[in-house]
Amino acid sequence: MTEPIIETTGLTREFKVRDGLKRRTVLAVDDLTLRIEPGEAVGYIGANGAGKSTTIKMLTGILVPTQGSVTTCGLRPVQDRRRLARQVGVVFGQRSQLWWDLPVRESFRILAAIHDLSAAAEKERTDELVERLEMAEFLGTPVRQLSLGQRMRAEMAAALLHSPRLVILDEPTIGLDVLSKQRLREFLVAERRTHGTTLLLTTHDMGDVERLCDRILVIDRGRLAYDGDLPGLSRTVGAERVLVVDLAESIEDLTGIPGTRHLGSEGHGLRQRLAFDAEATTAARVLASVSERAEVLDLTVEEPDIEDVVRRIYAARR
Amino acid sequence: MADSLGARTRPYRAVLASRARSQRSYRASFAVDLASSMLVGVIELAEIWVLFHNVVELGGLEFSQILLVFGLADLCFSLADMTFGHCDNLPTYLRAGTLDVFYLRPQPLLLQLVTSDISLRRLARAAVGAVALVVGLTVNDIAWSPAHVLLLLVAIVSGYAMFAGMFVWAGGAQFFLVEGAETTNAFVYGGRYAATQPASVWNRPLWAVFGFFFPMAFTGFLPALWLLGVEAPLGLPDWVGWCAPVAAAWTWVMALVSWRLGVRHYQGGGG
Amino acid sequence: MKASFGRTGRNLARGAGRLRLLFLMRGTIRVYWRILVAGFRRQSAYLLAAFGGLVANTTFGLLKVAILFATVRAAGGELQGYDVALMSTYIWVSQGLLGSVNLFGRIDIADRIKDGDVAVDFLRPLDVQAAAITTEVGKSLFNLIPRGIPSVLIGGLVVGMALPDHPASYLLGAVSILLGIAISAATVYLVVAAPGFWLVETRGLQILYMVVSGFLAGLFVPIWIFPKWLEMLAQATPFPSMMMYPVDIISGRVDVTESLVLLAVQLAWLAGVGALGQVLTRAGRRHLEVQGG
Repeated sequence: MTEPIIETTGLTREFKVRDGLKRRTVLAVDDLTLRIEPGEAVGYIGANGAGKSTTIKMLTGILVPTQGSVTTCGLRPVQDRRRLARQVGVVFGQRSQLWWDLPVRESFRILAAIHDLSAAAEKERTDELVERLEMAEFLGTPVRQLSLGQRMRAEMAAALLHSPRLVILDEPTIGLDVLSKQRLREFLVAERRTHGTTLLLTTHDMGDVERLCDRILVIDRGRLAYDGDLPGLSRTVGAERVLVVDLAESIEDLTGIPGTRHLGSEGHGLRQRLAFDAEATTAARVLASVSERAEVLDLTVEEPDIEDVVRRIYAARR
Repeated sequence: MADSLGARTRPYRAVLASRARSQRSYRASFAVDLASSMLVGVIELAEIWVLFHNVVELGGLEFSQILLVFGLADLCFSLADMTFGHCDNLPTYLRAGTLDVFYLRPQPLLLQLVTSDISLRRLARAAVGAVALVVGLTVNDIAWSPAHVLLLLVAIVSGYAMFAGMFVWAGGAQFFLVEGAETTNAFVYGGRYAATQPASVWNRPLWAVFGFFFPMAFTGFLPALWLLGVEAPLGLPDWVGWCAPVAAAWTWVMALVSWRLGVRHYQGGGG
Repeated sequence: MKASFGRTGRNLARGAGRLRLLFLMRGTIRVYWRILVAGFRRQSAYLLAAFGGLVANTTFGLLKVAILFATVRAAGGELQGYDVALMSTYIWVSQGLLGSVNLFGRIDIADRIKDGDVAVDFLRPLDVQAAAITTEVGKSLFNLIPRGIPSVLIGGLVVGMALPDHPASYLLGAVSILLGIAISAATVYLVVAAPGFWLVETRGLQILYMVVSGFLAGLFVPIWIFPKWLEMLAQATPFPSMMMYPVDIISGRVDVTESLVLLAVQLAWLAGVGALGQVLTRAGRRHLEVQGG
């Protein structure tokens, strides 16, 4: 059995907060025990304030746990912070590691010096990242003049320049347009394939989870609420998928189809939305039933929304 | 070979070189910065000069002698401000979470913070201090000997170290104060103001604070007294000016303790 | 009959017009009053910062006491009308005003002007310059509570100070302090914020303002003990109106008549600096419209 890349046992973190004049203790992370193997891609999801950032800070040595233990890449994050930094790359969606007034290229050069890359390694890795993240056009532009999409690509490259074994991404696609999101996800998939990098990402975007992660952890008020794959998650919470059909003629509402719930109609019934439980029926079966009533011109299946999934998990636990 | 000085300082050199380049690249604005910075030095000197416009002697020293105190203290402060002054930005870094980025790099935090910037414009202010020092050394009647030259060098190095230590001390305290950042200004910038005064005019509480606890009197005043051959106040021994390195060591003990406590507080969840 | 009715009607109309003007003025005053109060309240969120400021004020104050008292004593106990007690009053009042009189050159509106966000502010039925200055004055007035008054109390209790002979000095002094605060806000607006309509970077101006204003406002040394030429130079600027004159009036260094003269000088500076700021704001607005923000 290989050594896990992240292992926590009973990891707990309390914060003392001032509530008016009184002080009270808040448990941000509560008795978290988990194990992540090298090469895994894990989505770490939960509501705001559920404890995601606190966990990440403990994994990287920024925060000291109140109780329990944590090892990252086989190291103790606080004591071995500097050695750990050589093996971990972190992308914070909100805080930049680039120098805002310098050209992107210059930031990379400084980071290469910080991680003490040899000239050859620096060139090889920079070229690889520039190509894969399509950054050639803005390498000479100061960071402050980049668009959000460009900046996030540069941030991603900055965090991965030293070829870390573990990459932690905190809301990497927040605020990005569809195309930019797509590009970043493709890059991460390729990076994982070529270098066997382990990914841990927090996100509010179901697309990130679907396209990037083969394992999902849901955290609720500091406790682990779910650990498994995506289909299993949908099953657990019974989250409904939605079939949207465009019909050739306007017909009555599509009610009474087994295993479905009619959500609504537009254009006098030309477009109708049906929610169905993936456990009870399949998209194909629902489609067949619809086709009996009218000709289907086009269809889309909407995945459950991540907030909805999280809400349902939380509801089930309370 | 990987452990050679060159390799170990590579990360810091890379950051500093690029900071320096970027400041010089905006020529017009750099020129304005230099000019304002020089004006700061000139006005600080003028604040003292207007007093001597009214009296011949303050605290036992004449203006020409005070030039030596001012020159030493202000030169050291300006150099420390140039290289350590951005430690003042720590509250901003804390609020914006920039400090977390430092945690993700394989260098010690304090070294990263110190080498994260350099304010070249403060060279202009250091120039004012240097000119005052040179004039002070020339116009006064100093019985030059090798010991005098040595003390001058010792005083400059120690003075720089003391002010640098003050910036680090204040940085450590910022972890606790955050919004109350101005509290430390009282001692860092207040310390600079104190350091350029003839400390013989202070009362005992001021001596306790700026004479010994934050040993500002050791940056300019006390070494200058020895150079000038003037008796030290408070019945202090003649050789007290030679204690500047001790004062510098003490400042750094305080600075590092403060920094260590601050970082521990931050990791313990102050953020 | 007709004529008199007409006259009455005209009088009525004129009366109504006057009344409307009165309402308008009341409305305007109310708006600016609210802005003032909002600035005051906003500042109350920074009590810890104010405390830090008080510590700094007091420390600097004690150092000023040491050096300036020594100067007065070296001059034989009296220097340009300052004895030790009056010097103490000067030191602690000026330290107390430091949190309120803007000698730092920072003003909230500066970034909005520089970034062009001010275009939005022009859409509001408010004068941009007046609103910005009013907000600053509100913040400054709040700072008198945690920084101004305690500074004076600490100085008075620990060091002791002279009080003015005439009770009118307090009233005139209060008015003068208010004027000083307003002049400083209006000058920072004029010198640091308004150039942002045309300049990309105004940090240099801010630093320049900070360096010059403190010295010429008499923060470190009263301008009256400057050499004559430097004193004249200072008086040719609005800076003494921000701090030196208010301190002179409330400390009783000048008598009532002289106080009234100084108040008139302050009013003139406020009008001048305000008018120039208004001109620049209008030009800046046109510039913004031409450029499209």
